[in-house]
Amino acid sequence: MAHELDEYRDHAPKGTVEFLYRLSDQVAGHSFLHISAGRYGGGMAEILRRLIPMLNTLGINARWEVLAGDQEFFQVSRRLANSLQGQDDYLTDQMQEAYLKINARTAQSLNLDADLVMVHDPPPAALIEHRKGGKWFWRCYLDIAKPRQHSWSFLRRFLVGYDAAIFSLPGFAHRLPIPQFLISPSIDPLSEKNRPMPRVEVNQVLSRLGIPRDKPILLQLARFEWFKDPLGAIRAYRLVRKHHNCRLVLAGSGVMHDPEGEAVLAQVHEAAAGDPDVHILQLPPEADVEINALQRAATIILQKSFKEGFSLAVTEAMWKGKPVIGSTAGGLAAQILDGVTGYTVHSVEGAAFRARHLLNNPGLLQRMGGAGREHVRRNFLVTRHLSDYLTLMRLFVTR
Amino acid sequence: MQTASRPFLFKECSELREILGEEAYDEKRLVELLETVPLDSIYFHTHSYFLRHSYVERVYPNDFAQWVAMEVRDHVLGERLAVVDPFDYGELDALRGQLISIIDDHLSRTPIVPRVMFGEPFYFNKSLIIQVPTRIEVRTLQEFRSALSEVEVSAIYFHVFEARHRLKHEESDFSAWIHDGLGMPDLAEKLRAINPYLGSLERVRSALLTVCDEFLNREHRP
Repeated sequence: MAHELDEYRDHAPKGTVEFLYRLSDQVAGHSFLHISAGRYGGGMAEILRRLIPMLNTLGINARWEVLAGDQEFFQVSRRLANSLQGQDDYLTDQMQEAYLKINARTAQSLNLDADLVMVHDPPPAALIEHRKGGKWFWRCYLDIAKPRQHSWSFLRRFLVGYDAAIFSLPGFAHRLPIPQFLISPSIDPLSEKNRPMPRVEVNQVLSRLGIPRDKPILLQLARFEWFKDPLGAIRAYRLVRKHHNCRLVLAGSGVMHDPEGEAVLAQVHEAAAGDPDVHILQLPPEADVEINALQRAATIILQKSFKEGFSLAVTEAMWKGKPVIGSTAGGLAAQILDGVTGYTVHSVEGAAFRARHLLNNPGLLQRMGGAGREHVRRNFLVTRHLSDYLTLMRLFVTR
Repeated sequence: MQTASRPFLFKECSELREILGEEAYDEKRLVELLETVPLDSIYFHTHSYFLRHSYVERVYPNDFAQWVAMEVRDHVLGERLAVVDPFDYGELDALRGQLISIIDDHLSRTPIVPRVMFGEPFYFNKSLIIQVPTRIEVRTLQEFRSALSEVEVSAIYFHVFEARHRLKHEESDFSAWIHDGLGMPDLAEKLRAINPYLGSLERVRSALLTVCDEFLNREHRP
């Protein structure tokens, strides 16, 4: 459901909504086309679902189109994304052809006419070869700082044709002969995942998930992947447990048809060794209510990942006033203000030490949680994202 | 109550951050890059820092001090960079020179070049800032005070930080208007005395409002 911009007055910093109206005056009437590989799943789709109606409310002629890819194309896109993120993978000549064919077909079927065009992530990147005019941006959400050379060369030849590239973190950027901008992803405070939730509803959801609310809860919300280090979270919990009676909740999406996920999940169950205070949850897709309740019920958020994207799960938890103990991977370092909104740690022992410290200091838990919520309010709400896009439009429509 | 013949027009601003693609893993590389990056980047890491942390105060008041202290874990250099007050330097070039000189001096006394072991490298960025007029015009101190408490926080940044360094004004737009437009030199002097480099933009707003309130209370006294 699209929310009216005015509904954000109670959530965004003071004066933000009026500011957005004024800023949009400078670009109203211009057209802004967004193109992505899909309309559902993942943070990017969530953001666009909110931003497009908001842009239209502000007088921008915003559209969102998606690539009409087939099964083969999505497999190729996945391999391309994996290898751009450093995994040992590459596209064969045949795969490259499939990629180019779908991009060419999409270019014929879509109206690419717009003052500004934003192409999201690698799957539609080759559409630039069919540009008809306007300014074109490539928006990347992936960590492509250390890509496999073969895949990078393939993608780079398209990127150099854009007017600018946009990354979520400076460390994700790459050497390119075009300007590169930094725009953080964002969360929607009015979405089902983040809306205020009464305590009674939180209790009902927790009860349904089989998690008693009798002890402090440490929560790690992440896919069951090696990079997310769920086993490290269990080891940290065991060190905390020596001093504090607490629970650990490891929640992630289901692992069916995912060999890595199945292997990780099996090891997680083995490491938990039947401990009744360790709860391992496989959540269905779009489990927004469950995620909302789990984050609100948690005492401390853990994010022990070795590798991360931006990690909007942490942003969501901070918005709910929870301190975060996390590694420095990906967007965690940008979000956790060490000693202010939580702690950045470099080891299992560090995570346990900080968790113990926080559990011993309920006042500090509250203060850090409050600072985290304000940090998100200023920097990671969808209203800030909208402001960044309007500023980008303003800078390029006048160039 | 005094009324200004020339109104004060509040302006807000919006920042887009540009990645320069230069990064430092140690303090020697940091100082080398400090010498060559555009002045806009020095500005970004020492001034628009406040725009990005308008509410939450970090331990160190600029990105350079924050990085060497928190990522390199060199607290000595972090402390030395933290006390550099950009308002002591009229030009950004002079500020750049001071930062370089402090790091050079520190490195000359350090047997090794401190570097990041477990933290993040320093990424150089720069700001692109656009003005956003608010249509809020004020002519009296009371109106000024009311508007100041309501405007989006970027207006504080624009009229205090941006005015002085990017637009090369001698002082903040607020104190200039209070002095020249409203003809209240005592209040202007008090506003000039507020060092914006101490804390967050919300704290600067609060300090400005406190001084305005003092003068408004005085005016209302019989």
